[in-house]
Amino acid sequence: MAQRVQACTTCHGKQGRAAPDGYYPRIAGKPAGYLYNQLLNFRDGRRHYGLMDELVAPLSDAYLREIAEHFAALDLPYAAPPPGNASPAQLRRGQDLALHGDATLKLPACVQCHGAKLTGLAPSVPGLLGLPRDYLNGQMGAWKSGQRRAHAPDCMGDIAKALSLDDIAAVSQWLAAQPLPAASKAVSELPVPLPLSCGGVPQAAMGKP
Amino acid sequence: MSRVMKFSLALLAAGVAAVALVWALNVRDESPLTGLTDLANRPAAAPNAEQIRRGEYLARAGNCAACHTARGGALYAGGKGIDTPFGTLFAGNLTPDPATGLGNWSADEFWRALHNGRGRDGRLLYPAFPYANYTKVNRSDADALYAFLQSLPAVRQAAPAHELRFPYNTQAALAVWRALYFRPGVHQNEATQSVAWNRGAYLVQGLGHCNACHAARNSWGASESGLGGGLIPMQGWYAPSLADTAQASVAHWELGEIVSLFKTGVARGASVSGPMSEVVRGSTQYLSDPDLRAMASYLKALPQQPPIRPKAVAAIPGQRLGADVYAQHCASCHGKQGHGEPGIYPALAGNRAVTLEPGVNVLRIILQGGFAPATEAHPRPFGMPPFAVALSDAEIAAVASHVRQQWGNTASPLTAFEVSRARGKRAD
Repeated sequence: MAQRVQACTTCHGKQGRAAPDGYYPRIAGKPAGYLYNQLLNFRDGRRHYGLMDELVAPLSDAYLREIAEHFAALDLPYAAPPPGNASPAQLRRGQDLALHGDATLKLPACVQCHGAKLTGLAPSVPGLLGLPRDYLNGQMGAWKSGQRRAHAPDCMGDIAKALSLDDIAAVSQWLAAQPLPAASKAVSELPVPLPLSCGGVPQAAMGKP
Repeated sequence: MSRVMKFSLALLAAGVAAVALVWALNVRDESPLTGLTDLANRPAAAPNAEQIRRGEYLARAGNCAACHTARGGALYAGGKGIDTPFGTLFAGNLTPDPATGLGNWSADEFWRALHNGRGRDGRLLYPAFPYANYTKVNRSDADALYAFLQSLPAVRQAAPAHELRFPYNTQAALAVWRALYFRPGVHQNEATQSVAWNRGAYLVQGLGHCNACHAARNSWGASESGLGGGLIPMQGWYAPSLADTAQASVAHWELGEIVSLFKTGVARGASVSGPMSEVVRGSTQYLSDPDLRAMASYLKALPQQPPIRPKAVAAIPGQRLGADVYAQHCASCHGKQGHGEPGIYPALAGNRAVTLEPGVNVLRIILQGGFAPATEAHPRPFGMPPFAVALSDAEIAAVASHVRQQWGNTASPLTAFEVSRARGKRAD
């Protein structure tokens, strides 16, 4: 399979680890359902990146799922986060948003859906650590502008729209600066149900009946 | 009568005659709409499952969904933008929704759209809807297509209004275009040819609308006859000549190899790419073996043109750069001698996709990489990585020129300027 998907690893790094160029996200070890949904999103026009759009256009659902499962099954070590340039105030705000949310803005915390250690929730909610800051910024910005969408209801779209650009920068800076915990795989359940209803996330995984 | 008066009258008469001629040329071969004038005489034939199934097959043969489905949208519900040199057209909704689709269309009106290029309201349709090809489709097939489309779930989705520049947005301009370039007429069998050849001609020239890409277009967007190759407007891919052995002619292929290319997207150690990938994925892989053999027989028998050979091939600057980039990025898959690996990596030596003139396709392939289409017969294709990010224009030009001039390949070198132009193109 690795030989079939060399088209992916030139940008996403050897075996799907993040390449050092500071933009392309790591795909190795992300939950399979999340990766599969993203491949569908690129193919069906909910996400836009020229090279990705063209690569996945001729592929079938079944093959895209197989590709997603291939990368999800990889278990590779993470590099330490690169040094950032955030101010202490920015990091504090980022950490607050990630761990506690913002009640006045009616924003849930990242940890409420992405897991207490932010390593994701199998099979469809991705981990947020080990990603380049510019990639995180780019995705939140794209969600805010409507350029990136997910299956409806698009909960991340709603969250990004409620965030100011400063808050987006703060949370991206903080996330990009965090090392991965020893157990870096996505968790399979959350202590309390997801605070939002999200398309593409199976009902069972949201912790609802 | 004064001379001025006489001249004016003559001019007026000539003007009226020209309008009358354009008018007459625009209504050639139109039959009265029985469905509208006389409901009782409307062709009764209630659609049956067999007719609907045949219509679905024919819709595949015409790859209707490729244009009439927006990315990620409901099948056949239209809304996809088709970029042309004259502006953007938006494909219509073919589902039977009465307000936004074909729900109120009669079989006669559908036939008139296919055969005469005229909408339900009588307006002339834009030839991006390839009715210059579909006019060759016979009435029974048109009725089957109609029955199939009417059997789809209705989707309420109005297509956006076309965005065309003046004067292309006028009916008058369309009428003149049609008078010049459109001749209605169903395919007529040629008695001297075999049944298979005639079936192939019907599919290739009609629903297949192969010359929409595989023929050059004049500056008014009309396709030349034949399948002599052409640049696809706006897409930045070259659809190679099917009548030139240096390009994509299949005159010397086995019939089975041609059928296999249509069925699987792969043949002779190489695969289709770019827009042809969409054709195999959406259309030809679903066609029956007899129909594919018929198309193959027709294409094999196309009259051949003298091959287009590159002009004198000069020694190119940056030859060492090309060899270095090849060794670093390409050789591990395509081999030091460009021989590839059977069934996995295509050979570059003797590969016509590499040596095509013009060389835009090889640049697109290096820039954006790509997978062969996933088809039922070849569901897990291998993919080539895109090099748009990793390599500069100069490096891509050098390596493209390198592979076009090694191992017996003798195509023209390509420049960084051509790479930069190819970068600006996106398929969708």
